[in-house]
Amino acid sequence: MRTKWIKRAALAGFLALSPLAAHAAGDQVTVTYKDDIATLDPAIGYDWQNWSMIKSLYSRLMDYTPGTANLVPSLAESFTVAPDGLTYTFKLRSGVKFSNGREVVAGDVKYSIERAVNPKTQGPGAGFFGAIAGFDDLSGGKADGLAGIETPDAHTVIFKLSRPDATFLHVLAINFSSVVPKEAVDAAGGDFGKKPVGSGAFTLKEWVIGQRLVFEKNASYYLKDTPRIDGFTVEIGQEPLVALLRLQKGEVDIAGDGIPPAKFLEIKNGPDAADLIVDGEQLQTGYITLNTRIKPLDNVKVRQALNYAIDKDRIVKIVNGRATPANQPLPPLMPGHDANYKGYAYDVAKAKALLAEAGLPKGFSTVLYASSTDPNPRIAQALQKDFAAIGVKVEIKAIANANVIAAGGTEGQAPMIWSGGMAWIADFPDPSNFYGPILGCSGATQGGWNWSWYCNKEIDKRAVAADSMSDPAQKDARAKAWGGIFTDIMEEAPWVPVFHERRVVAKSKRMGGPGEIYIDPTRVINYDAIFVKH
Amino acid sequence: MLQLVIRRLLGAMLILLGVAAITFLLLFMLPADPAVQLAGRSATAQTVANIRHELGLDRPLIYQFLSYLGHLATGDLGRSYTQKTGVTTLIMARLPATLVLMAAGIVIEVTLGLVLGIVAAINRGGMIDRGVMMLSFVGVSAPQFVVALFLLYVFAATLGWFPMSGFGSLGHVVLPATTLGVLGAGWYARMVRSAMIDVLNQDYVRTARAKGVSEVRVILRHAVPNALLPIIAMIGIDIGQFMSGVVVVEAVYGWPGIGQLAWQAIQQVDIPIIMGVTLISALAIVAGNLVADLAAPFIDPRIRAR
Amino acid sequence: MHVLRALMRRPSAFLGLIIVVTIIVLALGAPLIAPFSPDEQLFDGLTLEGAPIPPDAVYWLGTDTLGRDVLSRLLFGARTSLLIGLVANGLAVGIGLFIGMVAGYLQGTVSNLMMRFTDLMMAFPALLLAITLAALLKPSLWIVALVIAMVNWVQVARIVFTETRGLVERDFIMAERSLGAGHARIIFRHILPHLMPTAIVWGTLGIATTVLLEATLSFLGIGVQPPEPSWGNIIFESQGYFTAAPWLVFFPGVAILLMALSFNLVGDALRDILDPTQRGRL
Repeated sequence: MRTKWIKRAALAGFLALSPLAAHAAGDQVTVTYKDDIATLDPAIGYDWQNWSMIKSLYSRLMDYTPGTANLVPSLAESFTVAPDGLTYTFKLRSGVKFSNGREVVAGDVKYSIERAVNPKTQGPGAGFFGAIAGFDDLSGGKADGLAGIETPDAHTVIFKLSRPDATFLHVLAINFSSVVPKEAVDAAGGDFGKKPVGSGAFTLKEWVIGQRLVFEKNASYYLKDTPRIDGFTVEIGQEPLVALLRLQKGEVDIAGDGIPPAKFLEIKNGPDAADLIVDGEQLQTGYITLNTRIKPLDNVKVRQALNYAIDKDRIVKIVNGRATPANQPLPPLMPGHDANYKGYAYDVAKAKALLAEAGLPKGFSTVLYASSTDPNPRIAQALQKDFAAIGVKVEIKAIANANVIAAGGTEGQAPMIWSGGMAWIADFPDPSNFYGPILGCSGATQGGWNWSWYCNKEIDKRAVAADSMSDPAQKDARAKAWGGIFTDIMEEAPWVPVFHERRVVAKSKRMGGPGEIYIDPTRVINYDAIFVKH
Repeated sequence: MLQLVIRRLLGAMLILLGVAAITFLLLFMLPADPAVQLAGRSATAQTVANIRHELGLDRPLIYQFLSYLGHLATGDLGRSYTQKTGVTTLIMARLPATLVLMAAGIVIEVTLGLVLGIVAAINRGGMIDRGVMMLSFVGVSAPQFVVALFLLYVFAATLGWFPMSGFGSLGHVVLPATTLGVLGAGWYARMVRSAMIDVLNQDYVRTARAKGVSEVRVILRHAVPNALLPIIAMIGIDIGQFMSGVVVVEAVYGWPGIGQLAWQAIQQVDIPIIMGVTLISALAIVAGNLVADLAAPFIDPRIRAR
Repeated sequence: MHVLRALMRRPSAFLGLIIVVTIIVLALGAPLIAPFSPDEQLFDGLTLEGAPIPPDAVYWLGTDTLGRDVLSRLLFGARTSLLIGLVANGLAVGIGLFIGMVAGYLQGTVSNLMMRFTDLMMAFPALLLAITLAALLKPSLWIVALVIAMVNWVQVARIVFTETRGLVERDFIMAERSLGAGHARIIFRHILPHLMPTAIVWGTLGIATTVLLEATLSFLGIGVQPPEPSWGNIIFESQGYFTAAPWLVFFPGVAILLMALSFNLVGDALRDILDPTQRGRL
């Protein structure tokens, strides 16, 4: 950890010296989105739109080097982990101030995490803190705070865990761990999400509901030369197509919703493509869940046959090549991804043979649920065609996301679900995030997200073991353990991994910096790092 | 008259109550669970249960409905599940945009309808009359999203006369308002035409003409005011029709009104917002119908058949 | 026959009739006429980069974003749209007739309740109601028809109610009643025949509204399920492409317009011909 911290300081120093970093005052950036920004309350906000804004409004004990998945201390100056992996001690930076002028102290960290866990907050992220001692009491309403967070002095926070958790540092870097001042939360009277107060790189200056949000640089932010722009405005209600036309004209700097498929080829083949498009991997997998509790999908041979049936290259073509074919749940950038794993290659003959072995030589009929937002109905129809080729007749139900999620979380309802439009990017760059909720036994419950209802107790045990390897020295061994878990799961084929969608962002020519800060694996757009070229 | 108004107002209240009850029931029969939706992928079962409890979704339906009505009585439309803020705030923030759009839509449909109707009536039976009548039928028959995409393609994407979407300047309102107004313009052109023809055949108009009053004056002084009355009465009913139209028009043009809010909320099963927008729309429709009913005596019986 | 002849005499109605018949013939003959299967994702139907192909000699109206022939999809889509138009509107007119007639004939509480319910339904924003219903009931062709019928019957009920009330007051009904005729006899022998013109007019005019509502629901992604083509969902699937591939929106848009227009032209003429209050005026 320490070495990386030094590296980051060096990087910052280099950027400060480079001529590009010397930006003039008044660099204002315009970003557009179609849908409303739901809330900027870090204990509640949990969608890919507000995720990056919350990141930049607040600070957390831990954070990532921009554009990478490397953890670094942020609001914390330093930290130590006890050998048993059960005690984490953080020293806070001194002199960090909230935008209301008060200094950030250890009690704020404790308050903020307790707030995220407290059922009254209605926050979705409570479960991430399950390893902290006293979690069950607070979450179950038996206590008002977390016994496992201690603040011996204003600049020291000690976490006591009830079990080792290798992802704990990542947990302290997700938005739910953002530090908020209690007095501002109380003063907002439940409207904190619209009146945010934090200690991040930006502050919210204005919010005109349904129209725009204006963010202003926090001049006293504790990281040197961060942020590199003076502010940004998020305009709401902008159709992606329109946003793109405005971007080409220079009126918009970042089209937040990306490039609509209809425009992608035109822009990609246009003269300015290199300046306008940032195209990169993200931590995402698009998959079909095969419900292991519905006949005939309960037969592993049938699930394997379905895996062999999909021509993933053609599906990638339908999304204009903006994805990489997948053969396993973990995306390539995720630690644990097995580049040597071959998976199930497209092979119609083999698929038919497996179906015959399963006693279904003539195929069968089933239902595929999908989100009704473009391009998912189209992808569903392409999948339907491939399944038809091996005799599997698929009926498509393209419905609103909420209804797909409801069907998936009801036992015995949805035989197959295409995850596109719903399975978003990972919460944090750790392989465990691809297991528990979506492939583990705990997710296979009413209202859960394990839509294949796959539950292998043996694998569950291996997952717990892997997550207990919290010593940083075991990092590689842990990644390997996780990789093995996912390839072993694929033997039982509860999913058809279809592709890893790449993120394609359109930015105006004047926006500078490496592509990674526009498709940041942990932030999407990294407002702290982007800058305007002069 | 006053008694009639009071009776109608009471009736309107009952209707709104009914609308609230039916919408509430329908929304709670939806298979989607708002708590699951809010909690997201990584939430534990305990988190989902906690959120459901805090939202009051674990209480009996009738209790939830009565408590909703209780809040409604004090003008409180509840809090949005996803945006965590008052529905009243959200609707009030967006209502002006929708009202601007509707007002502009009414201006366009009345102007277009009047001009086309007068032109057709003057040229009764001729090619122009037939052309205008055919055009009015096309307007009535065109789906709003097709009109919207067509106008966008021609006037924004190709000719570049108007911005493609957004809100703020006069230029922004032209295409969405035209889309909204085309339908009504078709009806009004037909109404104005028949009203004008009636008036132009009246004895006093004939007399005026015989006296040598100019044709323009005849039309402006006698014919147009008579044709306007039914239109004014019809605008009440139009408000109700527009409430449905704004969902599509605001979706296509990215107009920051309550139609867009409703559409987002439906996708996210944000029940308080859906309830709020439905009630506001129902209120507008009931109010519009009330206006239309009070104005009914002024409307030509043939037009009422619409 | 008299009605048909009267229709033919009006140029606009005649035009409408021709379009209606053409659409019906094309829809029925779709399997014979269509150059491709409507669901076939043709290998040549996409460019190497995955873009749809503009109209050419092979694909007369171009291909869509999955490489399917737009002409074939339009022809088969006509079946869906027509079917929904007829079924949904038939249902709506049926419900409207029943409620309007019964409420108009009966006096008292039942009648009052029925009309208050109709008022209630009038106050619903139609599209919002349809969207909620469509989300509640898993969308399919028949469900879409049902949803549309549940939204569209209200207007018919109102008009039928008013007309029935008018009829009930008339001498010949009074006479029948005083002679002791049963309710069923009066309703079916005397009232229903007088309501037929209204039913026919709405049966035609309403199809236009229904086709538009189906298209709108499909356009919003809650209508007929893919890959079953309907004119609305063809546009829905391609709406983002309207600048890059305008043919994907233009042709189905014109088709919907023509169908609604033709039914409106015929229905309007029928109203002029059949509506007694209009008779003699023209």
